[in-house]
Amino acid sequence: MTKNVTENKPVKGKNIDETTGVETTGHSWDGITELNNPLPRWWLWTLYACIVWAVGYTIFYPAWPMISGATSGTLGWSTRGAVAQDIADHEAKNAQLVADLVAADLPTLAPGDPLHRYAVARGGAVFRANCSQCHGSGAAGALGYPNLLDDDWLWGGDVASIAMTIDHGIRNDTDPDARWSQMPAFGDILSKPEIASLVTYVISLSATVEDRAQAAEGAVLFSENCAACHSDDATGNRDMGAPNLTDAIWLYGGDTASLTQTITQARFGVMPAWGQRLSDVDVDAVAVYVHSLGGGEQAPE
Amino acid sequence: MNYVKLTLLGCVTLIAALGANWAHDLSYQVHAFLIMLVSAYLFLQVLRQTDEVASPAAPMDEYSDGVIRAGVIATAFWGIAGFLVGTFIAFQLAFPVLNFEWAQPFANFGRLRPLHTSAVIFAFGGNALICTSFYVVQRTSGVRLWGGKTAWFVFWGYQLFIVLAATGYLLGSTQSKEYAEPEWYVDIWLTIVWLAYLAVFLGTIVRRREKHIYVANWFYLAFIITVAMLHVVNNLSIPVSFWGSKSVQVFAGVQDAMTQWWYGHNAVGFFLTAGFLGMMYYFVPKQAERPVYSYKLSIIHFWALIFLYIWAGPHHLHYTALPDWAATLGMVFSIVLWMPSWGGMINGLMTLQGAWDKLRTDPIMRMFVLSLGFYGMSTFEGPMMSIRAVNSLSHYTDWTIGHVHSGALGWNGMITFACLYFLTPRLWGQKEMHSMRAISWHFWLATLGIVLYASSMWVSGIMEGLMWREVDDQGFLVNAFADTVSAKFPMYVVRGLGGVMFLSGALIMVWNIWMTIRAGKPVTTATPARYAVAAE
Ligand code: HEC
Ligand code: HEC
Ligand code: HEM
Ligand code: HEM
Repeated sequence: MTKNVTENKPVKGKNIDETTGVETTGHSWDGITELNNPLPRWWLWTLYACIVWAVGYTIFYPAWPMISGATSGTLGWSTRGAVAQDIADHEAKNAQLVADLVAADLPTLAPGDPLHRYAVARGGAVFRANCSQCHGSGAAGALGYPNLLDDDWLWGGDVASIAMTIDHGIRNDTDPDARWSQMPAFGDILSKPEIASLVTYVISLSATVEDRAQAAEGAVLFSENCAACHSDDATGNRDMGAPNLTDAIWLYGGDTASLTQTITQARFGVMPAWGQRLSDVDVDAVAVYVHSLGGGEQAPE
Repeated sequence: MNYVKLTLLGCVTLIAALGANWAHDLSYQVHAFLIMLVSAYLFLQVLRQTDEVASPAAPMDEYSDGVIRAGVIATAFWGIAGFLVGTFIAFQLAFPVLNFEWAQPFANFGRLRPLHTSAVIFAFGGNALICTSFYVVQRTSGVRLWGGKTAWFVFWGYQLFIVLAATGYLLGSTQSKEYAEPEWYVDIWLTIVWLAYLAVFLGTIVRRREKHIYVANWFYLAFIITVAMLHVVNNLSIPVSFWGSKSVQVFAGVQDAMTQWWYGHNAVGFFLTAGFLGMMYYFVPKQAERPVYSYKLSIIHFWALIFLYIWAGPHHLHYTALPDWAATLGMVFSIVLWMPSWGGMINGLMTLQGAWDKLRTDPIMRMFVLSLGFYGMSTFEGPMMSIRAVNSLSHYTDWTIGHVHSGALGWNGMITFACLYFLTPRLWGQKEMHSMRAISWHFWLATLGIVLYASSMWVSGIMEGLMWREVDDQGFLVNAFADTVSAKFPMYVVRGLGGVMFLSGALIMVWNIWMTIRAGKPVTTATPARYAVAAE
């Protein structure tokens, strides 16, 4: 097989493109030719400028790897250093307020007080980063996660109780001081019809029901089985974290199916102990924030 | 020769059957079964041909275009698949209920996302690159493809890779490395196919009958070689068991991250850029019927591009465990990369000198020009985003997604469509596409789709970046993460609509290609007479 390499060597001045009047290189591939235009000036100068800038930048900032470590740049700048500096500046600016907040007796903080204002701002930031996943970014809660905007408290709504709940958490197994209680699963204790009449009774506490006779049966069962925790009038018990069942506010749903499930299997809401994750001042701040949302109560006399 | 093939295929069938039996996980089992079927089928085929009179060898003075016709169809097919999944996941982000309960876990966002990225980059982009490179290298070398049926092996082998990768994602096997998700045995298969691809391409260049290698082929070759290297290094891993899909990476921690993004960035640089520049350098001058603007520029920007891209990976790892010095280097190399990238755009656009009037009459030319425009835009945006301060705003936001798609839809998508419109009539012996008006429709739908996609993602990306860093007068963060998610909802809907438009344009293209193929029939083209093999 012999190769017929095409002989079209460029001939100076002979290969002029008619449209532009520019010389071509003389080669042709499947009919494609190439003009011999020079590099565009502005292109070349911009490229040089970028290179000069790049070299300059590597002198000022950490860049070139050496035998042990890399050059650290004449400005002494580093990403970690810059963040540490930001944090330090921020902390220095607020150092006094933080010290005051740690020392303060939370119940005495009055709205309008600069310290209160600071605690609410700080607590809000803590809440949005750590609590909104469960309680919602507006703190309105979700199924199984209580609404923190209202005055319907499971474990107490004065600022000290709230701080306690947050600090130690609820029914977790990491903090021995966590708030604790456990409703039994009545599916093992009562029959299905009994649970059905309890459900009707619980509904009747905050709405009207048609089957009054069944509700009355439920009332009897309630005082035998439930009142110890939910109290005789079913308004709940904050020492036990047992919810008020008369206010039409439901943590786990107020329809027949949800209530049947709640009573048959019981519920076991868990919240982490935030004292193990957040600083003291953050726990205090977020407690003040939650307290300020609308449902906060005065400390009991 | 046939007996060697039979032994090999027999062994593969047997091992695959054992694999299907002993598989540790579903995806491995399905794959082993699939491989068993394919190799058993090939075994029977080879058996039937054995001891028959060999069919005459294909004439050497004709281009080998069958495999390119197959590539055109495969490109269009995978394009539709990829855009469809892209549009679906776009709506999943806007409306999470589309993660249907009944389709779990196969069709949740997490599994469909890599399906989308691989379908568009590797299946759509990859097929476009393979088929155009085979076309271009033959035309500009004046010879038939080297290696006889090897080109068909590359084509079908590559399709098998795509099917294995795609089904693997849905069935839950992944290496969790972006753009390199397929597990070890799929990687090994791709390596074999890719080396065959390299052999065919290089073999054709070696026996070329032109003295010089045309610039398009430099780019294609750089793409093929570099992708081979990237693929092998980034996928170094040790299988947990021969009978299971899971494997463990050889690199760990920040080394693994750096290897991954060295790979990831150069997948962009060589797959989505160098390879596509190869397309540009042949098809743009062809369509414009004008000489390439500057030979000098093409040399300089080629070498600058391939030298610089390799170092720019660390800009994907700003503000991470990666040491500052490495991030700085990634950043400055990215900045210097700006002009070399634009070299390709200038050379493409200026090639239209004296042919600008074509823009008014030729929708295919319009597609080429728009794609160069988007190429220029995303290669300006990229260096900008690699600056540390800018990246601290853009990183992890939809801005990156906007950048990706202005490059991917605008540059890769548009130029591929234009090439398909160029190739189809020529390969099926027609004067032009069935409908020029349909091409115009495609052009406008796709353009509008890209504009909606890119602008909604810029708005949402910058908004979310600003919301994340917004602090009140006491220095505390103002927004919860969920706030930023809900604020993005309208932009997600707009992006989804952009996707619908882009997809509709592509569907019109498929119809147009179909009608053109139906009207014509496959034609064979002779290599130029003056190269005709002299007395063999
Ligand atoms: C993993 C989910 C989760 C996260 C995160 C969480 N909580 Fe809770 N929280 C709960 C659950 C569940 C309850 C209700 C427990 C129960 O049933 O008694 C609760 C209860 C509370 C209560 C008691 C409400 C009452 O009515 O007495 C307060 C106060 C509270 N959370 C504050 C916070 C704060 C402040 C944070 C952030 C630092 C936070 N929570 C983060 C799950 C969570
Ligand atoms: C040992 C104490 C205890 C007893 C006894 C008890 N409960 Fe409870 N109950 C609780 C606690 C604590 C909760 C809150 C569980 C949680 O927050 O996860 C609760 C929750 C409930 C709820 C859910 C309220 C809501 O807002 O969704 C209902 C309804 C309820 N109890 C009904 C009953 C009934 C009916 C009985 C009697 C058959 C009963 N409880 C007996 C402690 C008790
Ligand atoms: C109909 C057109 C398309 C639509 C609607 C679409 C949609 C999407 C969506 C919703 C995502 C996920 C974004 C996220 O996680 O926030 C995505 C990611 C991606 N898409 Fe597309 N896409 C389309 C076409 C393409 C094309 C043609 C390509 C490439 C050639 C492409 C390449 C990618 C890549 C690389 C990613 C990953 C980006 C990243 O991780 O930063 N897409 N696409
Ligand atoms: C000079 C050229 C370019 C530079 C310097 C560049 C730079 C960048 C930067 C800084 C990022 C963001 C990294 C992050 O914050 O996570 C990025 C992301 C990306 N770019 Fe580019 N870009 C360039 C061109 C292109 C082109 C032309 C395309 C596509 C055709 C492209 C595709 C992508 C993809 C897919 C990602 C997302 C990677 C991921 O996170 O999954 N880039 N690029």
